[in-house]
Amino acid sequence: MAEFLAFLGPDAAEEVQYLISNVPFAIWETLYSTVLATLFAYIIGLPLGVLLVVGEEGGVLPLPKALMTVLNVVVNLLRSVPFLILMVVVFPLSRVLLGTSIGTKATIVPLFIAAFPFVARLVEASIREMDRGIIEAAQSMGCSPFQIITKVILPECVPSLLTGFATAFVTILSYGAMSGAIGGGGLGAMALNRGYTRHQNIVLWGAVILLVILVQIFQTIGTRLAVGLDRRLSDKGGKKRGRKAAMKKIKQDRRIPDGM
Amino acid sequence: MIELKHISKIFPTADGEFQALTDVDLTIPTGDIFGIVGMSGAGKSTLVRCINLLERPTTGQVLIDGLLDESGKAVDLCTLSPAQLRKARRGISMIFQQFNLLMQRTCLDNICFPMEIAGVNKAKARERARELLDTVGLPDKADAYPSQLSGGQKQRIAIARALASNPKILLCDEATSALDPTTTRSILRLIQDINRRLGITVVVITHEMAVVEEICTHVAILEHGHMVETGSVAEVFSNPKTEAGRRLVYPEGVQIDQLPPAGVVRIAFNGGSSYEPLIASLAIDCGVKVNILGADTRNVNGQAFGTMLLGLPEDQNEAAKAMNYLKAQKDVTVEEVRDYHG
Repeated sequence: MAEFLAFLGPDAAEEVQYLISNVPFAIWETLYSTVLATLFAYIIGLPLGVLLVVGEEGGVLPLPKALMTVLNVVVNLLRSVPFLILMVVVFPLSRVLLGTSIGTKATIVPLFIAAFPFVARLVEASIREMDRGIIEAAQSMGCSPFQIITKVILPECVPSLLTGFATAFVTILSYGAMSGAIGGGGLGAMALNRGYTRHQNIVLWGAVILLVILVQIFQTIGTRLAVGLDRRLSDKGGKKRGRKAAMKKIKQDRRIPDGM
Repeated sequence: MIELKHISKIFPTADGEFQALTDVDLTIPTGDIFGIVGMSGAGKSTLVRCINLLERPTTGQVLIDGLLDESGKAVDLCTLSPAQLRKARRGISMIFQQFNLLMQRTCLDNICFPMEIAGVNKAKARERARELLDTVGLPDKADAYPSQLSGGQKQRIAIARALASNPKILLCDEATSALDPTTTRSILRLIQDINRRLGITVVVITHEMAVVEEICTHVAILEHGHMVETGSVAEVFSNPKTEAGRRLVYPEGVQIDQLPPAGVVRIAFNGGSSYEPLIASLAIDCGVKVNILGADTRNVNGQAFGTMLLGLPEDQNEAAKAMNYLKAQKDVTVEEVRDYHG
């Protein structure tokens, strides 16, 4: 063992020691900033995504055209700002909201601002996939627009929304890794500040591998949940096909240029 | 009674306006099964959507009685507030070609849905939904999801859902067009049964004349957004007055102007045995030879469907004999064709 560590580098033992003692806390920081940022992003992004569809002309709840234009422009504007720039630009806002503009907590603010327009677009895409005939049937039964949204659109889109949720969570997790640049914590910061800056390759790769594993775990859970809950897929073959379709959709979502 | 008065519908499109309906007047009596037929693109679906205002007519009135209160006074749906309209719609159910069931809910929950919307107590709704499952003949499918059902079963669940709100009117938008002929017949039987037992007024939209012939009492023919002909089914089928009517009623490919001036009958096969050679047995049993002028028949699982135009002999006695023979057949309707030259 000692020989193997020596082969890896002069400080290998020290680096492994560092990894072992710091990884649990780094994982915790990564997860809690990702979870909170995703949560806030959905609180705004989910209703916004729904509005982007139902508010259209001929939609379930037509909104003034000017309002729809504003919503679309805001979403597009926020999505076009590179995340690294956004992190710096929202410093003042973080200071107002949290009293600080550095640290793990402070990274939640730019993550949230970058993520909610992305989430809104994901939700929008999910809802657009829905069969319009079902909405028409609901209207013919005398459903109010609010009932159509809460009792028809959202429940019918659950599998697709879950697939989108997995995509959003994983994307936010990987963006959170950049927060090391503004003094945030987590696996990304570990890889950047220790691994890259100090040429500690074991720390760098250890952190990266852990990030990859985390992403895989959450993506798999998300996809399985989406397929498992989809009542349109009943038999076994159907489930398998469903999982394939869900994976294909995720890959398409991930192809969106620069993620969020 | 449903009264459509001067209904016009104009859709704005990229290349100007499209007039889907032009000045349609229609009266549908209470308790009727009323068919609206026409080629695809004739405006049938738009017209039926004007009855529950899924499409709002550009001009015209939609008068329906007994929807908002029991006073029996007809109201114009176009003048109602959104909330009133939603309440009125609970009295007008609709079933669709693609069934439009909620795919993430069980059949029982699908049937409960309209009652959920109307605020009916949950236990009561479930009880009623189970009754309705019995009505449509699928008592064992309560916990199944729509994806596990066949097309005919899905439409039965959709019909049960449509009945859940105790409607006065049932709109059927090509409800059997996605189904095979045998399933179509069983669904039509169910609709007819519902009409008779519950007294619900049924409006059937279809491009298949066989559907109209099978269950409707009255029919309206729509062409290019104009209502060209309306009347009882027997009247329109035996004596279509317009070009559009003749095209729909007569077998495909019949040259109307080449028909003999008199002695033409139209027979429709409604699912009797296709193994009984009707024309041959007519010749053998009565000694009457008839001329087949045109035919459009299909054999579906041993049942005959379709229509045939026959030229009867000029001899009055022989013609009458043939008519009586044909009329005595099971699952065959016979009508004398008159005035087909328009």
